[in-house]
Amino acid sequence: MQENFTVERSRNPLTKNDFVSDQMVKWCPGCGGHAILASVANVFPKIGYKKENFCMVSGIGCSSRFPYYVNTYGFHGIHGRANAIATGVKVANPHLSVWIATGDGDSMAIGGNHFIHIIRRNVDVNIMLFNNQIYGLTKGQYSPTSPMGSVTKTSPQGTIEHPFNPGELVLGAQGTFFARAVDTNVKIMTEVMFEAAKHDGTSVVEILENCVIYNDNAHTAITSKDLREDNQIHLKNGEPMIFGKNNEKGIRLGQMGLEVVVIGENGITEEDLLVHDQYSQDPGIHLMLAKMTLPYYPVAMGVIRSAMFSTYDDLVEEQIKYAKANSTIKNVDDLLNSGDTWEI
Amino acid sequence: MRLKKGGYEIFHSPFFVNKYEKIFPLKIKRITLPKNFKHKKMAKNKNNVVTKEDVVVKFVGDSGDGMQLTGNLFSDTAALEGNDLANFPDYPAEIRGPLNTIAGVSGFQVHIGHKRVYSSGDMCDVLVAMNPASLKSNLKWAKKGATIITDLDTYNEKAFEKSGYTINPLQDGSLSDYNIIQAPITTLNKEALKSLNLDNKAVDKSRNMFALGMMYFMFNWKQDKAFDFFAKKFKKKPNIIEANKLSLMAGYNYAETVEAMSVTYNVPAAALDKGRYRNISGNIATAWGFLAAAERSGRPLFLGSYPITPATEILMELSKYKSLGAKVFQAEDEIAGICSAIGASFAGSMALTTTSGPGLSLKSEAMGLAVITELPLVIVNVQRGGPSTGLPTKSEQSDLMQSLYGRNGECPLIVMAASSPSDCFYSAFESAKLSMEHMTPVILLTDGYIGQGSELFRIPKVNSLPTITPPIAMANDPDYKPFNRDPKTLVRKWALPGTEGLRHRVGGLEKENGIGNVSMDPANHQLMTDLRFNKVMKVADSLPNQELLGEAEGDLLVVSWGGTYGAVHTAVEDLIKEGKKVSHAHFKYIMPMPKNTETILSNFKQIVVCELNSGQFVQYLKMNFPKYNYSQFNKVQGLPFVVSELSDKFNQILKEI
Ligand code: SF4
Repeated sequence: MQENFTVERSRNPLTKNDFVSDQMVKWCPGCGGHAILASVANVFPKIGYKKENFCMVSGIGCSSRFPYYVNTYGFHGIHGRANAIATGVKVANPHLSVWIATGDGDSMAIGGNHFIHIIRRNVDVNIMLFNNQIYGLTKGQYSPTSPMGSVTKTSPQGTIEHPFNPGELVLGAQGTFFARAVDTNVKIMTEVMFEAAKHDGTSVVEILENCVIYNDNAHTAITSKDLREDNQIHLKNGEPMIFGKNNEKGIRLGQMGLEVVVIGENGITEEDLLVHDQYSQDPGIHLMLAKMTLPYYPVAMGVIRSAMFSTYDDLVEEQIKYAKANSTIKNVDDLLNSGDTWEI
Repeated sequence: MRLKKGGYEIFHSPFFVNKYEKIFPLKIKRITLPKNFKHKKMAKNKNNVVTKEDVVVKFVGDSGDGMQLTGNLFSDTAALEGNDLANFPDYPAEIRGPLNTIAGVSGFQVHIGHKRVYSSGDMCDVLVAMNPASLKSNLKWAKKGATIITDLDTYNEKAFEKSGYTINPLQDGSLSDYNIIQAPITTLNKEALKSLNLDNKAVDKSRNMFALGMMYFMFNWKQDKAFDFFAKKFKKKPNIIEANKLSLMAGYNYAETVEAMSVTYNVPAAALDKGRYRNISGNIATAWGFLAAAERSGRPLFLGSYPITPATEILMELSKYKSLGAKVFQAEDEIAGICSAIGASFAGSMALTTTSGPGLSLKSEAMGLAVITELPLVIVNVQRGGPSTGLPTKSEQSDLMQSLYGRNGECPLIVMAASSPSDCFYSAFESAKLSMEHMTPVILLTDGYIGQGSELFRIPKVNSLPTITPPIAMANDPDYKPFNRDPKTLVRKWALPGTEGLRHRVGGLEKENGIGNVSMDPANHQLMTDLRFNKVMKVADSLPNQELLGEAEGDLLVVSWGGTYGAVHTAVEDLIKEGKKVSHAHFKYIMPMPKNTETILSNFKQIVVCELNSGQFVQYLKMNFPKYNYSQFNKVQGLPFVVSELSDKFNQILKEI
């Protein structure tokens, strides 16, 4: 946050209770949404802004009921438009900490345009992208992130569409922050959201979310207890990329891109592994990390990219400040009387 | 320039780049007038000076001929002479149509008057046509007996072919009804600029000023006025100033010498109210009206918009006033335009979105969101010819029904329409006021004709404009609930994010009245539907009574709305002068309508509703006030009404009564 436009901090330390809503949470029991809500309840008090300065914006879908479940200012929008609405909120009042709850249908399909443009502009908001690879609220149709071949209510023979990888889309749209987490790990989710809050610019946190009703176990290969150590890698800034049950595997930058290697085999040591640099301006490695998919690679978790660029809302304020200091038109009377006028 | 955390420098865009440098590549040194050069004196003997109540002049030529500038300078001069005036630029749909073709013709019409002028006029008294194509496409707009000035040098086989003439119109007798002045403008202009050593292109660029010089002579104006304009307009381009001066003088002297002008005109100053004046177009006036409303209300202006003809000018104009705190967001599409505005409104801005027909369609769903969240928002629709892409650069009034009803669900909002370029200022101001004070979206309808047309504008003082008091909720108000309402107006409070003690949620799902929780309760939905409708209807309590031109009762009531005011007013005024029992009600407030509307309608034997669509307002009136005798007069040609067709229609109805 920039000096003048910071979000005001709370004078007293806040707790979870400060954000508890009086509304009944209506997600299905076992839905990943509950875990995401728990992370937000953890992270908002930790961020420390005044509770009135949080604003939650959403579109339509199961994820988008989120604003009703946290006690902040909230706006439940229309399908696909959360990112556009939130842009207006943040530009109008840069002193707010704006959070967007959206899903793979909301932001990847009907709202795809707003999603890429908010990222391109680098508006200082935090996007929580609930990716359950299905349309839940409309009861089980495939989404733009459903893997090819997914059998759903609108693809009885399997989808014939190539899915989006949200991370690739974010980086393609010149994203400055992308992180990934799974709904089964509240601790990591909370850490990642805290990082997102600290970042100046559009932060996208993709949460691999389980829809127990319409797409149960969609992420099991990544999240299940016995597979997760081998199928996930937790990226930590400044540390070598190591994963596996016994921390025996690593990621190396080879001639043709990233390679999974085993430490100790073929003379490979920790020294040979890639060291994560989330702050790098160049998105090259970040893109490769975001694209890693099973079965050849583990799926990257944690903050993949967090690069520093000017934000849209900061520049708006800068231009206004500049114009106010330099323009001869200080009020509307000046404006009305500017240029060619004459007395009758 | 400042340093961000990451050490990256951010530069301000270079605001002060001189953009004309590249477009106007005059490779010449600064020039001075020849030592022995003398300004010609005003003609001493002007026998045939005719004093006129009003004159309509139209300048037409190729898109590159500078007709807009010429027309503007002509109009500015008339303004300094104290005339009332109204202008209309007539651009082709293409940016630069092919040379010498009808598609490439660009025009500018000026109506100046000693009497009050309400529109840019129907047919012109003087037509300045810079080439055959412009003559061909505009002759139908010249009155019989009009003076036509044209550049003889452009009449050649190639130009005939391109403009669709088979033989030279100057020689086949087809123009015998007009007073044609065939001036070899290109040659004479070249001659006049010989001393400047300019390249051909640059020389021909000032042909328009030669033509303007002829008009200066025709209207008995002093040339110094034009020189002053040049000096201001081309401040940093002394060579262009000189070229334009020489051209203008050459044109003036030519007109004086050839004595081809059998008459010259004198249009005495109009009896205008005292005050400071300027010329203003509807789109600019709209932008300024909103800036005034922002200042008056203390709510910062936010515009979310996407470029679309003919509304883009409002977006461009508001982009200029960051110094007034205006935040303008050029969105990725029409939907983001309105949705960002809704977000900004939630956050406490005076929020706007501007568009034209197709864009209004795209915004429909989001308008419903603004209605159900009961947030202030002004949607400006600068109407153009439809459906679909239709006639982007032409004017129509065919989005009325869409504005009233074109949304899913029961979705009432305020609909109002501006009646003239300068009225756009007051309509914009008022739409913002009503929107904020009544916590409801407003659709403000203007159209391409008044948006691009311009007229005199008496400059108001901002502190003389009405106050605007949005119902902002106070911090820590213990009784605050999102949908608690003022019992009289049914208006809810505006609680701005960041305010202590007012955290709440709104959204597109139906809410319980008062407390504001999501509610699917049938009775509550009925209640909220009724409340939203009645809230909008109650706006009528704060509207002025509908005004009337003419007697309060009579044979014929002429009804119109929006941008047709000028032509309809003029037609009715003429008939009243003739002693006919005709009156005119021009509506600005359409939803809700002023409270005395029915009283007015009930006092006439016959009502005729004139509009540039197939009869949308007349249907609306029939639906709301079915008892009366309605007839209608419609035109859907992308063109404004002309006074004569209106008078003919009214006379015909009067005969039948
Ligand atoms: S349908 Fe799926 S995504 Fe929606 S609430 Fe139920 S489990 Fe969650």
